[in-house]
Amino acid sequence: MDNYGWAMPVAASSFAKSIDLGIWIIHAAMLAIFVLWGIFFVYLLVKYRARPGVLAQREEAHSRSSELTSLIPDLAVVAFEIGLIVFYALPVWSKVKMSVPDVANPLQLEIVAEQFGWSVHYPGPDGALGPRKAELVHFSNPIGLDHNDPASHDDVVMGNELRLPLGRTAVMKLYSKDVIHSLFIPEFRLKQDAVPGLEIPVWVEPTRLGKYEITCAQLCGFAHGLMRGDVFVQTQEDFDAWYQSRLATTPAPDKPTNPSEDF
Amino acid sequence: MSHDHSGSSSPSFREKYVFSLDHKVIGLQYLITSFIFLLVGFGLMMLMRWQLAFPGSPIPFFGRLFSAELAPNGVMSGEFYNALGAMHGTIMVFLGVVPLAVGAYGNYLLPLQIGAPDMAFPRMNMMSYWLYLPGGVLMLLSFLMPGGAAQSGWTSYPPLSIINPGQTVWLLSMVILITSSLLGSINFLVTTINMRAPGMSLWRMPVFCWAQLVTAVLLLLAFPPLEAASILQLMDRVFHTSFYMPKDLVLLGQTYSGSGGGQPLLWQHLFWFLAHPEVYVLVLPPMGIVSEIIANNTRKPLHGYKTMVYSMIAIGVMSFMVWAHHMFISGMSPALSNFFLVTTMIISVPSVALMTCLVFSLKGGSIRFNVPMLFALAFIPLFAIGGLTGLPLGLTVTDIYLHDTYYVIGHFHFVVVSGSIIALMGGTYYWFPKWYGRKMNDRLGLIHFWGSVACMVGIFSPMLIMGLAGTSRRLYDPTAQLHNLSTQGLNVVSTYFAYGLALFQLPFIYNFFNSMFRGEKTPENPWQATTLEWACPSPPPHGNFPSTPTVHRGPYEYSTPGRVCDFWPQSEPPSEDL
Amino acid sequence: MTTIAIEQPPTAGAISNAKLGVWLFLASEIMLFATLFTSYIVLRLGSTSWPWGWDALNVPLATLNTVILITSSITIVMAYAKAYDKDKPGFQSWMSLTILLSLGFLVVKAFEYSHEFKLGIGPHTSVFYAIYFTMTGLHVIHVLGGILVNAGLLYMSSRSKHWEHPLFLGRVEGAGLYWHFVDIVWIFLFPSLYLL
Ligand code: HEA
Ligand code: HEA
Ligand code: CUA
Ligand SMILES: [Cu+2]
Repeated sequence: MDNYGWAMPVAASSFAKSIDLGIWIIHAAMLAIFVLWGIFFVYLLVKYRARPGVLAQREEAHSRSSELTSLIPDLAVVAFEIGLIVFYALPVWSKVKMSVPDVANPLQLEIVAEQFGWSVHYPGPDGALGPRKAELVHFSNPIGLDHNDPASHDDVVMGNELRLPLGRTAVMKLYSKDVIHSLFIPEFRLKQDAVPGLEIPVWVEPTRLGKYEITCAQLCGFAHGLMRGDVFVQTQEDFDAWYQSRLATTPAPDKPTNPSEDF
Repeated sequence: MSHDHSGSSSPSFREKYVFSLDHKVIGLQYLITSFIFLLVGFGLMMLMRWQLAFPGSPIPFFGRLFSAELAPNGVMSGEFYNALGAMHGTIMVFLGVVPLAVGAYGNYLLPLQIGAPDMAFPRMNMMSYWLYLPGGVLMLLSFLMPGGAAQSGWTSYPPLSIINPGQTVWLLSMVILITSSLLGSINFLVTTINMRAPGMSLWRMPVFCWAQLVTAVLLLLAFPPLEAASILQLMDRVFHTSFYMPKDLVLLGQTYSGSGGGQPLLWQHLFWFLAHPEVYVLVLPPMGIVSEIIANNTRKPLHGYKTMVYSMIAIGVMSFMVWAHHMFISGMSPALSNFFLVTTMIISVPSVALMTCLVFSLKGGSIRFNVPMLFALAFIPLFAIGGLTGLPLGLTVTDIYLHDTYYVIGHFHFVVVSGSIIALMGGTYYWFPKWYGRKMNDRLGLIHFWGSVACMVGIFSPMLIMGLAGTSRRLYDPTAQLHNLSTQGLNVVSTYFAYGLALFQLPFIYNFFNSMFRGEKTPENPWQATTLEWACPSPPPHGNFPSTPTVHRGPYEYSTPGRVCDFWPQSEPPSEDL
Repeated sequence: MTTIAIEQPPTAGAISNAKLGVWLFLASEIMLFATLFTSYIVLRLGSTSWPWGWDALNVPLATLNTVILITSSITIVMAYAKAYDKDKPGFQSWMSLTILLSLGFLVVKAFEYSHEFKLGIGPHTSVFYAIYFTMTGLHVIHVLGGILVNAGLLYMSSRSKHWEHPLFLGRVEGAGLYWHFVDIVWIFLFPSLYLL
């Protein structure tokens, strides 16, 4: 609870800080622009209020100079925007969205969205994710994991629960089974739509232990507002321990011959 | 003048008020209809505001009116909330503000301001109103139809919109509305290009006409793509095609039977290709209104008339190149985002120029603070807040966090409510004497003004904070997510201000209808204005001008040096000097 | 939805209201079909397999239709020429021929559709057929619209009050412009759906 307030929640990922920086810079600038303009605006209103006997003096109509003076504030705004684009937006964007950092053994995950929940698919010690097949999807096997495949023998699928080791880059592939959802973890400043038919990679490096929140940021139906889950950032040891306990308790779900017969 | 299309010399009530061909009657029809749609859209929103502030508690008074599945024992259901949200957006944009700004103000004032006897195609003009009304009514009726109204947001992203109920009616009425506004825009363009009075060169047109001209171009070119997109979505829903449906969908356990092979993102591109120009359609005419009022009440020419016109044209052109700034994290190629980041920053430049011109126009003036002027002045800083908050959204990186939060809601309500709506209200006070030959009551006007401004700021500022705190939009129960709890109090504040805003509309509505009949009679040119619409009787007769006016000078000849009278109407012959 | 209503002669501008209106209307129409063609390209590039028109559709019939439409474009020009030099019977015969040709086009298209439906092929079959039926269907609607307008003009020409009307020629020209547009759309549709 103390993670949250009237501004951005705690910053818990490696790029959260740089996103916040941008938000603060641009709001400071906006405030400055607005206040300066506002003062000037009010000053004009007071100074040039209608007074008996005082006629309006018009500047030379349509003279080049008067046309151009109105562009001066623009120059300031333009300069500021160019600065933001070149030195901030482009580099940070390419770091956060356009590339996945190539670190030694990142944690490879799959996150499959559906109405109205998130399934997190962990590869397990072998680091390999078992294949998924649409025809295997079943309430006992929400992501349609093919359990015959050797790669899936040590996989674990969690509903609405994402656990990440501290300081280890996690690369998550986003999928959706039905409609568009959006993976939003405020503390990570991480947001990405999950689009059916597309595979969208996102990455995050948790930098703070704690319990955070997964939410869905894209309207996905009547329970969109209820589509949430928990994020736990743990030490590698705790994470491994938890994983072993899961493995022990996860039974291999029975594979129905025809999934749709249950409906 | 050759103007005998209404046939008989003494037109029947039907011809005069219902199926009238007179641009002024049609304009007023648009005015009243869109006002009512605005109220409806507001009403829907007030229901939602209750749910947002007090989730899970039954809606007072109205709760029981709704059927059990909409609001089980008075508590709003998720489906109902989504339906209200989608309809609020749709109604406000397509049935409220655009018809008011273009259909009402444009229709009534454009021909007058360029000295034309009527629109170029009066029958088409009438047709566009008689498409708009049924389209809008159909949209509202969808609430009563099985499945209820559309529930997929005004953006109607597939696949959700394909599987949700209600969408088919939404699409049908959208197609009708689009057709209506296409007819309108063609009419506006031909009228402005071909029907200007002698001497009314383009550079002598009031800024308002320029705004309408640019707007018409936007409507003409931006709506057809949405029409196409809607047709494709209709096909998906009705004929089970898969334009927007990819392979291997599993919808609530059922594997989707369609052929697949479509692309959900295609719709988003087509939709925003319309919807971004659309947002400038929402704001350009109001900006025109503000310019007219400011020029008139500073008693001096606008500062940088040409700069303003060029800025509007620039905005019009650029607005076709920024659409994907709504899609930064939609899953489209991140490289594309960089392009739209740049265009988005570019488009803010002409907007700044426009605002600057408006502010500089005050310099050296002799400012009359009458009611219309107050609205026009309030527009400037309030739109500025909305516009400035657009910048962090346009910045790809910050949008990662702010996208689809209440920050977006705050942003565009500042531009659209405390911007467009404020300006449009000001326009009502300003041109009411033209419409009815009477003026609206000033005291009520002041109450309406200060109340509305205060409430609007009170409604939408909290949304910006909630956005920064990460509250997503379209949540029918914000308290279901932990990180929203810290700002839930702001939701309550926002809601009470929304109800306050509703109260402060009452004086306006009373004032409007009361002044129609009992308002203080006004002379032909009550504001001592220069533009042509004041050079004919109020209300103008069918055919407008007693004789086609000739234009001798630019639109804003106020306080011309060497003249005793501080305004110089465009149509006044230069000879004699009063 | 054509723009043949003119209430008074323009007070400015070289080109008549009706003509300008038609051009603007066509501009919006171009945006409409341009969007559909773009969607076609996007969907085709995004899809794994795409049938070849020759296997999926009836190319000979479509070729016939192409010929029919192009001819009708010529006949409507002839009709305009006749209206220009006030030759009423000439105008009426050429206009009727145009209408007959466009009806012919519809008949052929009907054969094509019914054949596909018999094979159980419909818009739902695949994205290719979805595009095919949507775009050709929309084009057919435009053809119907054109027929209505042309028939209207044909009827008006029989009434001297309209035939003498100073703006009649302008209306014929507008209809002609629209019909050419419908023709051009087909000329784009034919190769992109049937041949490529
Ligand atoms: C009238 C409507 C309108 C207007 C004018 C604007 C103007 C702008 N909008 Fe906005 N926008 C919307 C309506 C509008 N918008 C709507 C409806 C949505 C949401 C749609 C949805 O998702 O449902 C939206 C969403 C939206 C987004 C997507 C957010 C997201 O979903 O993640 C973005 C991102 O770039 C954006 C950017 C901008 C920008 C850069 C401008 C710029 O044009 C702003 C330029 C203006 C300025 C920069 C102000 C400058 C003025 C001054 C500096 C003078 C100050 C003077 C004084 C203080 C006296 N808008
Ligand atoms: C022009 C567009 C417009 C306008 C004017 C408004 C006006 C208002 N909007 Fe809305 N809104 C949208 C466009 C608009 N909105 C859109 C597009 C969305 C997104 C929908 C989606 O998620 O898909 C949205 C969403 C939206 C939300 C978010 C819902 C959600 O995400 O779950 C909220 C929340 O409070 C909200 C509130 C309001 C409020 C309180 C007003 C008030 O300010 C209302 C003010 C209205 C008036 C002041 C009009 C008063 C009437 C008159 C003056 C006429 C008088 C009558 C006579 C004289 C006869 N709007
Ligand atoms: Cu899933 Cu919203
Ligand atoms: Cu936009």
